[in-house]
Amino acid sequence: MMKTWKLTVAVAMTGACLMAAPLALAPQVAHAETAAPADKAAAPAKPVSGHAAAGEHANGAAEHNPVDAHAVKFPPFDATTFPSQLLWLAITFGILYLLMSRVTLPRIGRILEERHDRIADDLEEANKHKAESHAAQTAYEKALTEARAKANAIAGETRNRLAADSDANRKALEADLAAKLVAAEQRIATTKTDAMSHVRGIAVDTADTIVSTLIGSSAPRADVEKAVDSALAARTAA
Amino acid sequence: MTVDPIHQFEIKRFVDLLNISGVQFSFTNAAVFMFGIVAIIFFFLTYATRGRTLVPGRAQSVAEMSYEFIAKMVRDSAGSQGMVFFPFVFTLFTFVLVANLVGLIPYTFTVTAHLIVTAALALLVIGTVIVYGFFKHGTHFLHLFVPSGVPAFLLPFLVVIEVVSFLSRPISLSLRLFANMLAGHIALKVFAFFVVGLASAGVVGWFGATLPFFMIVALTALELLVAVLQAYVFAVLTSIYLNDAIHPGH
Repeated sequence: MMKTWKLTVAVAMTGACLMAAPLALAPQVAHAETAAPADKAAAPAKPVSGHAAAGEHANGAAEHNPVDAHAVKFPPFDATTFPSQLLWLAITFGILYLLMSRVTLPRIGRILEERHDRIADDLEEANKHKAESHAAQTAYEKALTEARAKANAIAGETRNRLAADSDANRKALEADLAAKLVAAEQRIATTKTDAMSHVRGIAVDTADTIVSTLIGSSAPRADVEKAVDSALAARTAA
Repeated sequence: MTVDPIHQFEIKRFVDLLNISGVQFSFTNAAVFMFGIVAIIFFFLTYATRGRTLVPGRAQSVAEMSYEFIAKMVRDSAGSQGMVFFPFVFTLFTFVLVANLVGLIPYTFTVTAHLIVTAALALLVIGTVIVYGFFKHGTHFLHLFVPSGVPAFLLPFLVVIEVVSFLSRPISLSLRLFANMLAGHIALKVFAFFVVGLASAGVVGWFGATLPFFMIVALTALELLVAVLQAYVFAVLTSIYLNDAIHPGH
């Protein structure tokens, strides 16, 4: 498709040049007709003499250069130069068009495209990195939350374990203490019973000693025991 | 020194090449400058883009800016389909621009100060519009001359007006560039003659000569603007006319 339009442009360029050619040639032909018919054989020299004659009365003050007779005519309207101008314009413009469209413009276009692509790539990469850092941050926060939860869990577990341990210790200790208490109480009770059992012997001995001291002679052992027993029975009853 | 502001437009025949039944083809100073213009454009743009750097230097920036400038111009006035003509408009713009600018250098020849050159370029544009228009749209291209939504009794007049305006396009396009270049260069030359003439009249003349001298400086600046502006105008109008070939009908 691109090729077709390039071709069209080329056709149009040549077409326009062809269109311009009659314009260029028309005044020259007119000049040629006004020139002397005898001059027709010497074509390159002919317009020079014709124009020099025409120019002299139009621009008499102008310096007449014998080497270049065109000086007397207004150059942009000098039709004898038109074919050469058109020829070289067509050639140079054609060359320039080909150079520009084939070489230079694609070259500049490529540079611009490369830069455009590079910028787009860089932006894309920057976005990618941004997304990555965002993801990393999210992951970090998640990990942090998890670690915190885990730490809490461990702390709770440890606390529970320690509490259970100390509970158990305490219970064991209490049980031990209770056992010891019971043993001590039993021992006290035995000691008390023992002591109580000795009370009668001591009381009998004491009473005997007191009686013997008071009356100067010992009383019969059986009487003393009897009196102590009754006294003890009275105390226990009281 | 010749006191002749027209002398600068003179075509000098260097080599006579062909003579076909009275039509003389010669290698002229105009041809030298045309080849010079092509060489300047091509070698500058090639030189500017030699590095193909990602971050452009000054010369590469100029090349890229001119590319994007013309591409935007064509796309804005002729649409994306008009990009077919992008190389054509770019060639026209650079050719006219460099021709105008080269002509501003003293002792050079201004290719675009010749009506036949500007007329050929203008006819090339209009020829392209007509050929492409008919090639792409066939007879539908003629809708260009028939405005829609117009009362029937007005239509013949409007068609005539449209045709005349279409035909006057190459004339105005070529004359605008030609006249601008011609007038500017003649004005510069006339003031240059004032400087030379006054300066040759003695010491008082030297002081008098400064006035036209500064005028030349100012005119050169103006001509620089005109040279760029006319190239731009030529390219813009070309894009607008090409739009008619791509989208005929109103």
